[in-house]
Amino acid sequence: MNSDMEQRIDSLDLPYRTREDLKVSLADQDVTEEQFEQILEMVFSEYQKSRIEPCEAVGVVAAQSIGEPGTQMTMRTFHYAGVAEINVTLGLPRLIEIMDARREPSTPTMAVHLLDDWAFNRDRAREVSWQIEAAPLHEFGDITIDMENMQVLVMLNKAVCDRRKISIDEILEAGPRKMREKRHFRDFDVEGDPKRAALTFTPKNRESYQNLFQLAEHVRHVIVQGIDDIERVVVRKEGGEYILYTEGSNLKDVFEVEGVDTSRTRSNNISEIADVLGIEAGRNAIIQEALSTLNEQGIGVDVRHIMLVADMMCMEGEVKQIGRHGIAGEKESVLSRAAFEVTVNHLLDAAIANEVDELNGVTENVIVGQPIQLGTGDVKLIAKPINLKI
Amino acid sequence: MGTTLDVLNHEMVPDHQIMGEEEVADLLATYHITLEQLPKIYHDDPAVKTIGGEVGNVIRIIRDSRTAGRAEAYRLVVKRPKK
Repeated sequence: MNSDMEQRIDSLDLPYRTREDLKVSLADQDVTEEQFEQILEMVFSEYQKSRIEPCEAVGVVAAQSIGEPGTQMTMRTFHYAGVAEINVTLGLPRLIEIMDARREPSTPTMAVHLLDDWAFNRDRAREVSWQIEAAPLHEFGDITIDMENMQVLVMLNKAVCDRRKISIDEILEAGPRKMREKRHFRDFDVEGDPKRAALTFTPKNRESYQNLFQLAEHVRHVIVQGIDDIERVVVRKEGGEYILYTEGSNLKDVFEVEGVDTSRTRSNNISEIADVLGIEAGRNAIIQEALSTLNEQGIGVDVRHIMLVADMMCMEGEVKQIGRHGIAGEKESVLSRAAFEVTVNHLLDAAIANEVDELNGVTENVIVGQPIQLGTGDVKLIAKPINLKI
Repeated sequence: MGTTLDVLNHEMVPDHQIMGEEEVADLLATYHITLEQLPKIYHDDPAVKTIGGEVGNVIRIIRDSRTAGRAEAYRLVVKRPKK
């Protein structure tokens, strides 16, 4: 094959992969001009045959192709399967979650990849995990309640702080601040002593023991290191490098942590991905999550069906659910919407708003008993009266 | 703090390009469609902000397709509607 032929392949109206495959298989072959011509013709006609016909109802085909294996899933659903000691919702519940475009999945998790300097050293990977994992104050020292003086005393443990790479001053500052900001608890005065590595909390109301214990509860659980939403981090070695798996997800804050690879780190929270990385990344996330959920159950669904669903969900610039609050609920036709869910409400609202149904879609034409615009129904033929004499 | 986030570098984000006016006209002519019939992307989408797209621009997205190897898609930049 010569470069002229290569150029001719490139100029063909074929998908990128087909062209590349053709080039590879012809690379060492000795083909004459005539044979080449013939090959191109056959590849082209095969491609034409594999294309979907105009007016084919791809949506219905996709719905059936995902729906039927879905029934198989219900019968053998595992709600949870342990991945790196972290529970992740799988099976049908997860698939429903993806299609419903929930703001937050029931088990959010992330796979945090690390940059080269951190990825190959267990201790350094651990260091990053401490910056991510939410650690409450009681992990850094002893907390005692002084009933006599109505105080909560925190004695920080220097060794723990050193090991977890956080300074005493940072904790003294972050503790009270986070209590006010994140836990919305403000009825206390605080005194920090950097020399003794101690914090003294005094409730504003010094008369009530209940108040004191409430304060102690807040002091114990205030997050002083790490990212609030991430409850647990597991370090795992995979293919030579260390990867952090998390329980809880917060892409935006994790991207800020030193050592995190911002080009590979991913979450299973689709709407978060769409917010932080854009709608196209959201589309990719839907395809990937849906496909891996199905494949995990041993169900093979062609990716084209899932791509169609993902495309529909991401059409308008944000991730929309399939269902009455999303795609199905925003259809133009009243009858089509009424046919889906909450029939009476839609008909009532349409009557009040004086809506008109143009009968352009499939569902509404089935309802009124007209031919639908699909397949041969979309082609209009007009008979020309040639030999008709009246 | 850590490494700066470049949205376009993330492996899940395909390549985004702003299309010229002539290209847009060609595109609309090939598919016999109007501008409003294109899929949308919000003006404050992280990827659009990175390449500096404005409302009314058409963005060409070059995806790594699982079927075709590489596929082009187009989105019209629109303002995010107020909730």
